[in-house]
Amino acid sequence: MYKVYVYVTLKEGVLDPQGKAIQESMHSLAYDEVESVRVGKYFELTVKDTGEIDKRVNELCDRLLANPVIEEYRYTLEEVVPN
Amino acid sequence: MYNTLDLSPSRIEEEQLYKEMGLSDSEFALMKNVLGRVPNYTETGLFSVMWSEHCSYKNSKPLLKHFPTKGPHVLQGPGEGAGVVDIGDNQAVVFKMESHNHPSAIEPYQGAATGVGGILRDVFSMGARPIALLNSLRFGELTTERMKYLFKEVVHGIAGYGNCVGVPTVGGEVQFDRCYEGNPLVNAMCVGLIDQQDVQKGIAAGVGNTVMYAGAPTGRDGIHGATFASEELSDASASKRPSVQVGDPFMEKLLIEACLDVIHCDALVGIQDMGAAGLTSSASEMASKAGTGIRMNLDDVPQREENMTAYEMMLSESQERMLLVVEKGREEEIAEIFERYSLHAVSIGEVIEERVLRLEHEGRVVADVPVDALAEEAPVYVQEEVEPAYIEEYRNIMYRPEVEDMGETLMTLLKQPTIASKEWVYEQYDHMVQTNTVVAPGSDAAVVRVKGTGKALAMTTDCNSRYIHLDPHLGGQIAVAEAARNIICSGGRPLALTDCLNFGSPEIPETYWKMKQSVLGMSEACTTLSTPVISGNVSLYNESNGVSVYPTPVVGMVGLIEDLSHITRQSFQERGDLIYVIGEANLEFSGSELQKVLEDDYFGPCPKLDLEVEKRRQEEVLSAIQQGLIRSAHDVAEGGLGVALAESLFEHDLGCDVSINGDPLTELFSETQSRYVVSVPGEHQKAFESVVSDAVYLGVVTDHQHYCVKREGEDVISLFTPDLKKAWKEAIPCQLKSKD
Amino acid sequence: MKFAVIVFPGSNCDRDMFDAVRSHLKEDVEMVSSSTTDLSNFDAILLPGGFSHGDYLRSGAMASVAPVVRAIKEEADKGTFILGVCNGFQILLEAGLLPGAMLPNRDLAFICKTDLVRVANNNTVFTNLYEEGAALKLPIAHGEGNYYCDEATYRCLVDHHQILFTYENNPNGSAYDIAGICNERGNVLGMMPHPERAVEALLGSEDGLKLFQSMVANWRGSHVQHT
Repeated sequence: MYKVYVYVTLKEGVLDPQGKAIQESMHSLAYDEVESVRVGKYFELTVKDTGEIDKRVNELCDRLLANPVIEEYRYTLEEVVPN
Repeated sequence: MYNTLDLSPSRIEEEQLYKEMGLSDSEFALMKNVLGRVPNYTETGLFSVMWSEHCSYKNSKPLLKHFPTKGPHVLQGPGEGAGVVDIGDNQAVVFKMESHNHPSAIEPYQGAATGVGGILRDVFSMGARPIALLNSLRFGELTTERMKYLFKEVVHGIAGYGNCVGVPTVGGEVQFDRCYEGNPLVNAMCVGLIDQQDVQKGIAAGVGNTVMYAGAPTGRDGIHGATFASEELSDASASKRPSVQVGDPFMEKLLIEACLDVIHCDALVGIQDMGAAGLTSSASEMASKAGTGIRMNLDDVPQREENMTAYEMMLSESQERMLLVVEKGREEEIAEIFERYSLHAVSIGEVIEERVLRLEHEGRVVADVPVDALAEEAPVYVQEEVEPAYIEEYRNIMYRPEVEDMGETLMTLLKQPTIASKEWVYEQYDHMVQTNTVVAPGSDAAVVRVKGTGKALAMTTDCNSRYIHLDPHLGGQIAVAEAARNIICSGGRPLALTDCLNFGSPEIPETYWKMKQSVLGMSEACTTLSTPVISGNVSLYNESNGVSVYPTPVVGMVGLIEDLSHITRQSFQERGDLIYVIGEANLEFSGSELQKVLEDDYFGPCPKLDLEVEKRRQEEVLSAIQQGLIRSAHDVAEGGLGVALAESLFEHDLGCDVSINGDPLTELFSETQSRYVVSVPGEHQKAFESVVSDAVYLGVVTDHQHYCVKREGEDVISLFTPDLKKAWKEAIPCQLKSKD
Repeated sequence: MKFAVIVFPGSNCDRDMFDAVRSHLKEDVEMVSSSTTDLSNFDAILLPGGFSHGDYLRSGAMASVAPVVRAIKEEADKGTFILGVCNGFQILLEAGLLPGAMLPNRDLAFICKTDLVRVANNNTVFTNLYEEGAALKLPIAHGEGNYYCDEATYRCLVDHHQILFTYENNPNGSAYDIAGICNERGNVLGMMPHPERAVEALLGSEDGLKLFQSMVANWRGSHVQHT
């Protein structure tokens, strides 16, 4: 079994109105050192090992979890031993 | 949390652990008496939620019986999920209003969202398709970041849920006053439409029939929500956050469609939603109403989390769940219908003859309690009542505002958030989905047509709690009268009302007195205006750190517009139309918006109301509308005639040339009751004047975009309409943007 | 002419679309589940608004992998008229039937109001009963209607006359004020404004009716030529 942690963010260059609003709030709280905020999505999947996990996770991200027109993704894997 | 298996009945009694669940010593003694033994932990939990004010109305029952609940059109009064009123053509309208105040104060987005979800289920569990939502909201002043946050998030929550389920949010009201600072009010109303033969009841009839569970699985959310709703808010409440449920509007949308499908299956015996007190209230109420009992095996309850105890399952307030009673042997038919909507319906028990709720879990009987004791036999408390000293004092105050410039006063009033445009709010609500909304939010009442007929429904929520604070009896009458007036203005005949009684602690004699007086006042108005109360909800303990909200019995009213041609808007429509005000103004500024602006407080006698005059004028205005004599109608409310005139100009950017007699301040800004501003086409002048007896001619609608009021030829107000409109429209967005 | 209204779990303008076609256009129309795999019986396919699958991932993302989408693609290739409104537009974008993507509205709030929408190209099967440049009163109701495409895509849209509707007062931050676009072939239209909410004067506007009427007229035209 694997735990798959997927992070989806907007591509650079795509306007992120949520990130912008959050950055403004941070500034209003006087955290002026925050220079940019990008908002993304985070997924935790528990996946059976079928021997081609990278291929399958990439496919899943391309087909569903991320929209390649506006988003990019990355993920990390962690092997877990079922108890 | 305790390991509940370790908590023996004797420990619960000895250590008085029932008190943590909100039960008093005498209530615990009563439980022992009912059972003939000491209840175990799970049973104590069942009683604690069912005997909370939220479920049992133990403090309000003696008052609620004053409400008239019957009428020739009433098909179902209080007692079911929602009330039902005949609208002809074998159709009926189903509606109810409910509070979600405490959850919204703690977590405003989810609190408001699940409030909408809950009221929807009350209506579609009756078999009706929800066709409209309304919201009555009360907040503190928009001057603190905390209040802006609450206001924004409540609106987002209502939008997030209502928009997704595809039921238009067509109306409501928002009032801002300091008394709601620590305890905002969020009341949601839902209106549904049904063919009369489809009306469902929440009954568990037929011994041997199967009890089924449909919708979302049960988690630990909202445990003790019902008792939470029946307690005063304190700073410690924030730590009770796990009590707040999270809504899933997508699941609700699927449930709506599945339930409206399943009601046409004759295998269905009864259906009820799992609202406050979840599985406990739905099961015990359905059995109690049918004179039966229910045996359930909790192992079969769909569960979202692991290792849930019987106590947790029974008290969970997970959202989007329904309980069904189904003819034995036909469970598959029901399950198949739910499957069509990707939902699961599973059998979890059966109807039994013995009138008990018997729960089994992991091979043991974990509770065995008489259903009537849970659902019907909660103790009833008649509290001590004392008239607060200030009431009599206020009756003898003479209050006259000191104002120099009428134009400036008008401008100031239009910027008050309670009066200002609520566009910022309702633009976030999908108010058009279902393609029936004829009059959108922002008018006196919303109008939703009934497809396939020539009819429409008018609906509104109203309650000016400032008046009730000054004089609960009179204020209660006014709340009902104003709602009816709003329905009349849109061309409808008021049918009936639902209410949401928001008060402080009934254990405070002054608060209880106000509750009683406002209920009595409302009841009198209901009787005179022939608008019975068909459903409702009580929300007590609306207090925060010892400060109670103003008594706020919100009225949700629905009226029938017999013909689409009767639909009337509040805005002036055509240049040259004649403007009338119906009813005279008296020097009545106590509780007014102007008093708030000038004094930052409300005091003095509440405006008078003569119910006979109210009724006569309503009849006359409606008759004039139905005869096609009136082009627009708007009731005179907060801010008086001056504000009502301005509001009539904004939609079509028109102007008015108006002359007044008498004291300009009183004429323009007094909040005397039972008054209307109407516009009448010139050719109907005679006919109109003969139908409406108290109409006073004011002037004409113009297209020169000037708001002009003269007295004896001299300008009292001369302002450019677009300037007024800008002030009115931008006030709320401006306040939200400004910093502390 | 026979219309299909595709019902995804969570669609909520399906009945409105159905009523518009049946009661106001007076054409044959059927509700079709998103699990359907064959749409060859229909002359036009309508994807209604709503929150398909709760829009819990991205608007339209989960619906775009429903079985019916393969059938919609087949019909698109055949030249069948396909109209996606609001969530329907989002689904068409996610499915790759139209270029670009949707972002949350500029002001991060859901917007519901009637807005002015300009007919940017009246030389299509969806718009040829309108005057070019006509300003239509059409309701909008969405939280994610902020259309995004890169510059190259925009050039391509312009070169092929694929921009059919633009906002007069851009309410949501859409790139180039875009409110509705079609595919290169011109038989697939996606738009955020709701023409089905503007088919009767009682509700404030009839400006959406001509869109459906254009579809019928063009279908009839080609149908008569063939027989």
